[in-house]
Amino acid sequence: MKVAYYPGCSLHGTAKEYGQSVKAVSRALGIELNEIEDWSCCGATSAHATNFKLSVALPARDLIKAQTGAEKEVMVPCAACFNRLKSAQHHLEHDEVLRKEVEAIVGSEYKKESLEIRNPIDLIYNDIGLEELVAKVVKPLTGLKPVSYYGCLLLRPPKICNFDNYENPVLLDKMMSAIGAEVKPWSYKTDCCGGSFTISKTSIVNNMVDKLMRSAREAGANCVVVACPVCMANLDMRASAGLELPVFYFTELLALSFGLKESSDWWKLHGVDPSSLLKSLQLI
Amino acid sequence: MTFLEKVNERINEVPIQRCYHCRKCTAGCPMAEIMEYNPNKIIKMVQLGMEKAVLESKTIWLCASCETCVTRCPNEVDIARMMDVLREMALEGGSRIAEKNVVQFHESFLSSIKFGGRINEPLMMVLYKLKSGDLFSDVVMGVGMFLKGKLSLVSPRTKDISAVRNIFSKTKS
Ligand code: SF4
Ligand code: SF4
Repeated sequence: MKVAYYPGCSLHGTAKEYGQSVKAVSRALGIELNEIEDWSCCGATSAHATNFKLSVALPARDLIKAQTGAEKEVMVPCAACFNRLKSAQHHLEHDEVLRKEVEAIVGSEYKKESLEIRNPIDLIYNDIGLEELVAKVVKPLTGLKPVSYYGCLLLRPPKICNFDNYENPVLLDKMMSAIGAEVKPWSYKTDCCGGSFTISKTSIVNNMVDKLMRSAREAGANCVVVACPVCMANLDMRASAGLELPVFYFTELLALSFGLKESSDWWKLHGVDPSSLLKSLQLI
Repeated sequence: MTFLEKVNERINEVPIQRCYHCRKCTAGCPMAEIMEYNPNKIIKMVQLGMEKAVLESKTIWLCASCETCVTRCPNEVDIARMMDVLREMALEGGSRIAEKNVVQFHESFLSSIKFGGRINEPLMMVLYKLKSGDLFSDVVMGVGMFLKGKLSLVSPRTKDISAVRNIFSKTKS
């Protein structure tokens, strides 16, 4: 299958290993990614927290660009971008007056109902399917005990995100079990990590992350799996000494189980280096 | 127009009088315990027309936009959207900002987009540090990430930068 692709800013920077692992896994699964031509930033929290119109117009430019391509779907791996693109789409589809105004600002027409915005968990689980994933596994992740952390922006608000069960999501858990990990049940899957307060209100984020890490340890986890660069940055770098756990993007673990060589480049990019855990389980 | 009417008009969804004060929003809010007024109190204050106290509160800047409140509200009151609206009104009306660092972060983030069309993380951090005067926190972490090759001073930018800057100038309130 071929889809349009919106990497977003962090996949070129602090979430480099997410960008690379999304590409590697897509290649392995036969998903062809066609990057949106000359895309720009979605505006993230900072736009919607301060200027509503800007928070619709910035993603609108990207959606309109995506609509010029042949693909009917766009894959958005970053949960924050996914949320902003979905939210802008919701407003553009439901508010005629706003849509006209935004079209005038961006200088092109937005075509209604012409593009589906999807995150890679949804795409891989629903369109590729667990069976095909299992068939690709050469190294089951035996001994890895993750809790799956979905956070806020993939799921909420449900009428906009329209993805998985919003109080007890399970798709990531199922995917990780399929590749041989022993996923631990956990009641903090959808709690907030503090998001962009990591820079402006660091101590608040420290406390929120410590709570998540404590509860993950209580659940018997030896690592956490995420699908968002903001969650990754916080969980991987804001836990207090002694509470840290290795944190993985789910695509890194898929790649590892598929035996993709590129995965060896990613571990050193983590704040908490997962190599010793993976070595002790003879996964690398 | 009353404060309540102005807020409702901007939210442009369910009017917040629909709230029957069950406090489900507040029970699930991860920030409620550190907010000056919890989300339900802010709703009451908006209903009572306490414009200055609301717009100068810490609460509106400490909301993390996690969207838990609106997800759980039995009356579909969009509290998260209300918080966006209140922040916007506070900035437009020149209210005293109770949490300056939060606003300085947003300004730095948006300036970085205006500059390159995409976020360059080191540039954004430098802008934030200059604005906030908080020069030393996270420097070690930043250098560490730099050495790992995760941060680079030059990252790909949007070529049609004038299109992005045009969006900024046309949405300026
Ligand atoms: S959950 Fe809804 S109805 Fe209940 S207090 Fe909050 S806003 Fe009001
Ligand atoms: S969106 Fe804001 S007010 Fe609502 S639950 Fe999250 S932090 Fe609290």
